[in-house]
Amino acid sequence: MNLADGVQIVSFGVLALMMLGAALGVVLLENIVYSAFLLGGVFISIAGLYILLNAGFVAAAQVLIYVGAVNVLILFGIMLVNKRQNFVPLRNAWVGKATTAVVCLGLFALLGAMVLSTPWAISTAPVAGDTSTVVIGLHFFSDFLLPFELASVLLLMALIGAIVLARREFLPDALEREQTQQPVLTLPERPRELASAAPGSPDRTLGTSPTKRNV
Amino acid sequence: MTLQYFLILAAALFCIGIYGLVTSRNAIRVLMSIELLLNAVNINLMAFSNYLDPAGIKGQVFTVFVITIAAAEAAVGLAIVLSIYRNRDTVDMEQFNLLKW
Repeated sequence: MNLADGVQIVSFGVLALMMLGAALGVVLLENIVYSAFLLGGVFISIAGLYILLNAGFVAAAQVLIYVGAVNVLILFGIMLVNKRQNFVPLRNAWVGKATTAVVCLGLFALLGAMVLSTPWAISTAPVAGDTSTVVIGLHFFSDFLLPFELASVLLLMALIGAIVLARREFLPDALEREQTQQPVLTLPERPRELASAAPGSPDRTLGTSPTKRNV
Repeated sequence: MTLQYFLILAAALFCIGIYGLVTSRNAIRVLMSIELLLNAVNINLMAFSNYLDPAGIKGQVFTVFVITIAAAEAAVGLAIVLSIYRNRDTVDMEQFNLLKW
């Protein structure tokens, strides 16, 4: 083992410990603000793992998009839903948690056994390395052109959908005050007749109204 | 430094994400768990791209697509959580009876 391999293994171990610890913190901590900041730690550790995998471009994209956009978006969501409520404790909540933990451990054992028992066809071709950005760009504009364009359409749809879902529909107080001050379908220069003959009353002419009203 | 280390690490992250997805009661923590799941998939794709297909790195292309979809998913998911919070005045997953049959 030469020096480079040792450095790679040590940095892999440090990044893996950081990532798993931060991910457990995201899931298990009570305060959700701590969880959001630890999620940023998970993303940065994963970017370090990408650099270990000879993918500098995707590591930069990971830091930019996940840490810079998604994590900030989640923090904004936490601040907008700023309700300090204590959840009502459920009865037998530990049964669900224990069951989920057992199922997750079983899934991990299954995946680990599959990974260790499968004979992977490790390629010995030269690694793209620093030219990976050029290769990714060639893929985007040759054989992955249609998914690339569809991704742009999907981003536009998600943008419009998020705006439509998250905006307020109307302001109820302002709308009601506007309706009481100025009813629709009436002339604004004759408000006094409107007050004397209320809409919905049967008598609009004053000549025949007293006799009919006494009957 | 072999492929198996990265795959086992991604499997561990995936299982942590599923545990958080099922047991969380805050809706925003559920969204964070979904991000953990997507990142576990990304680690898998990048490991396969480096060890099995190092010349034509299609796994990195797929990872970029997954990052794009994850950003869109985070935006729409947070908008849905905000909308539910305005209507129901809570973010407790146990009190949502929407989309149940």
